Amino acid sequence: MAKYEGKPGALIHVLMEIQSENHWLPKEILNAISDRLNVPLSRVMQVASFYKTFSLTPKGRHRIHVCSGTSCHLRGADELLNSVQELVGVKAGEVDADARFSLETGCCLGSCTLGPEMIVDGEHHGRLSSDRVEEVLKNYA
Amino acid sequence: MQRINSAAELDARREDIRAGKDADRPAIAVCSGAGCAGLSNGRVIAAFEKELESQGLAGKVDLRATGCHGLCELGPNVVIYPEEIYYVHVKPEDVAEIVKETVQGKKVVDRLVYSDPASGEKAVHLSEIPFYKYQSRNLIGNNTRINPSSIDDYIGIGGYAALAKALFGMKPEQVLDEVKKANLRGRGGGGFPAGLKWETTRNAPEKEKYVIVNGHEGEPGAFMDRAVFTGNPHLVLEGLIIGAYAIGAHQGFIYTRHDSKLLKQNIDRALKQARENGLLGENILGSGFDFDVEVHFDVGIFVSGESSALMRSIEGKNPEPRPKYIRTSVSGIWDKPSNLNNVETWANVPQIIEKGAEWYTGIGTESSKGTKMISLSGNIVNSGVVEVPFGTTLRQIIFDIGGGIPGGKKLKALHFGGAMGGSIPESLIDTPLDFDALKKVGAPMGAGALMVMDEDTDMVEMARFFLTFLTNESCGKCVPCREGIQQLLKILTDICKGEGKKGDIETMEEIADVMSAASLCSLGKTATDPLRGTLKYFREEYETNIH
Repeated sequence: MAKYEGKPGALIHVLMEIQSENHWLPKEILNAISDRLNVPLSRVMQVASFYKTFSLTPKGRHRIHVCSGTSCHLRGADELLNSVQELVGVKAGEVDADARFSLETGCCLGSCTLGPEMIVDGEHHGRLSSDRVEEVLKNYA
Repeated sequence: MQRINSAAELDARREDIRAGKDADRPAIAVCSGAGCAGLSNGRVIAAFEKELESQGLAGKVDLRATGCHGLCELGPNVVIYPEEIYYVHVKPEDVAEIVKETVQGKKVVDRLVYSDPASGEKAVHLSEIPFYKYQSRNLIGNNTRINPSSIDDYIGIGGYAALAKALFGMKPEQVLDEVKKANLRGRGGGGFPAGLKWETTRNAPEKEKYVIVNGHEGEPGAFMDRAVFTGNPHLVLEGLIIGAYAIGAHQGFIYTRHDSKLLKQNIDRALKQARENGLLGENILGSGFDFDVEVHFDVGIFVSGESSALMRSIEGKNPEPRPKYIRTSVSGIWDKPSNLNNVETWANVPQIIEKGAEWYTGIGTESSKGTKMISLSGNIVNSGVVEVPFGTTLRQIIFDIGGGIPGGKKLKALHFGGAMGGSIPESLIDTPLDFDALKKVGAPMGAGALMVMDEDTDMVEMARFFLTFLTNESCGKCVPCREGIQQLLKILTDICKGEGKKGDIETMEEIADVMSAASLCSLGKTATDPLRGTLKYFREEYETNIH
């Protein structure tokens, strides 16, 4: 944070850097950002709660992302999402009880030619049929 | 790396690079576009590295991880130079054979070449594959020839020559005139003449001005900007520097996606290399012109691609649009004149300066000049990134290049312009690719995401899908957008369930009219376009669900 000390305009940069390393933004960190950058906590909260990339709650050890873009949708993303939800036992936006997986939907990652696709920890599993989901998820302990 | 201090030194550097390159030297170009990256291209590259080593060819053959080739459907794609032999669906297990047979033995591995799914006819070279044969790849064609991490590769193919020409051979006004004469229209969606926008920014009273690359590309189904930005970042940067010179800006911003690691990495590296080589920063090429660029990332919401919202985001705030009675080109970031163009628009600039407006206006239609990159996806055989001259018909794109509809299904509709675009029926397939012609039939091109829908597509459900997307991506600042989409969604959900009521269509039309008239930004103004389009062309699908 030192390089952004006292620079309110750098708020998004700082949040991004912390989010990408820590995967979520705890309250103490938001307080610290407010102090060091000289931005009111209310504005830190406003930005952190608005942009979808920022998370105010912890994520699972593995992050599942099912693309809900138009192309994936046309190629069966709904069905894929249903099977993933069933297997993991949580709905999109939630984390399972032992924090193994967090599940999200969103679009579009630009690999439309692979649709429908599931991305786990940044790794793409494209043209995925519902019956193959279990096989893929087995590899993530 | 030595700083380049004049146009003559740039020419000398180019000569050096070319002299050091043997045209007959074998090279392997493995696609690292977004599609191929999702198909384990990394394992293919690693296998090539290992295989070149074990066959004693390390240092004798160039191996480059390139940007997107275009034919994403059949990835990972590999091109072998100098013959330009094209292999599709390459797996790590194929690599040893490719190196032995093709690189060393100059023989073609038959099972890896493109084979037409209908006729079974094979095409060995890139230029013979139907997908590529009908394109004019002015912007993306160099992707297979250069390594995006090497500024020398870009300089070697003539890169930064246009910048030198502009800085030393033209006054800023002349650069502006050339872009105006070329009638370069913004590729982000609006199709507004870039030259006029540049002029407005140039003539705005504030002394400090900014230029911005909008690389947000949030439109679902759009992936052409990142194909050119990841694969050839210096092309976009060169266009931006030329634009900054014409406009009189000394600071630029690149606003781009945060979720593509390769894109981020390639942009950062390109900026660093350009600075080290004297192409960015103070006294560019010894011309006395100063200009530098800062990178900002979208943080995952669609509305932040809207120009005034994007500028708020660069200021470190929430991306809320404002009314545009004063254009952002007059009052943008920190209320300073800010000229925003998208990635593809900037990428067009170097060729216009280098080859001239007359050459450029020779391509395309009366009102739309040059080529357009399209990301083709949905129910289509060959999805991927396509670049064709304006005037190419949608039929040529879907059938000649895209290979038609998979599974023997019939084409039902074509959808342009993402979630705020429009769908047109199969009967309008002979419409040419042209800003105005497409707008007239109700499928404005947007940034260029062309979605193909087969006979099984439920158009009412598609309208609901787009509005569901927009309700999650609207900033919620203005009432018509925030409340309107929600009400439309309620009605559409009922219709989709077969529980539509008499008068629902009329209510939706009324809400749509209010949203278009009263929303602050184009997200709200055009959010109902997919709904209007489907009501116009596929109305019976709504009516059958209304009781």
